[in-house]
Amino acid sequence: MSSEPRDRDRRDDRRDDRGGRQGGGQGGGRRFIRARKSCRFCADKVDYIDYKDGRLLGSYIPERGKILPRRISGTCAPHQRMLATAIKRARNAAILPFTLD
Amino acid sequence: MRVYEVLFIVAPNVEEGDVDNLVTQLSDVATNQGAQITKIDRMGRRRLAYPIGKFNDGYYVVFTLEGSGAEIAELERRMRVMDAVIRYITIRIDEDLKRAEKFRVRRAARAAAVAGSRRSRRREPALPIGDGVEEDDEEEEEI
Repeated sequence: MSSEPRDRDRRDDRRDDRGGRQGGGQGGGRRFIRARKSCRFCADKVDYIDYKDGRLLGSYIPERGKILPRRISGTCAPHQRMLATAIKRARNAAILPFTLD
Repeated sequence: MRVYEVLFIVAPNVEEGDVDNLVTQLSDVATNQGAQITKIDRMGRRRLAYPIGKFNDGYYVVFTLEGSGAEIAELERRMRVMDAVIRYITIRIDEDLKRAEKFRVRRAARAAAVAGSRRSRRREPALPIGDGVEEDDEEEEEI
């Protein structure tokens, strides 16, 4: 009766150990194996993002109407800046909504 | 000279012919003030993303014009008092266009440079090197 929980404890310990070793040895980067997201605008060689292109901008506003962060979309910093200004302009022109519910 | 993009939305209850009148009227205002209109883009009737006033759609028109900036003030002053214009936005785009042009030129130059270097590399012996690399790979796999 008392051996069962002990066993489980030991198993847990072992798992912790392994996790620790892995984290230390491989710099913790191993946990996030995901395809590297790349900037769609760089791939398409876009130099200027037009605020009138509602369909393009619409793909960068999730359901709340906020601007999709680049940590999600993988957009590079210069293009994200262009995108953000374009989205803000489009909102003023009633091409994109300020809020969505 | 600066390049501006003036977008304005005409109320949907305005007749098609009156929209034409309005567009010519506003473009005349701009040209009389010394601006040069390079493009008039009628994007047509579109749904608004949110209601403006009590309207749910509007007629979009975009002017692209070159000028000093004084005519923008006059244009905006006119549009502000017009009931038919429910929204207007002016954006200065010459700096963005210049930047886009710079990127394009730089990319073209880089593409030319890459093409040049690739050609010079090809002139050097290509086949023997390729064979050697393949053999190396096979050996590693066996070990």
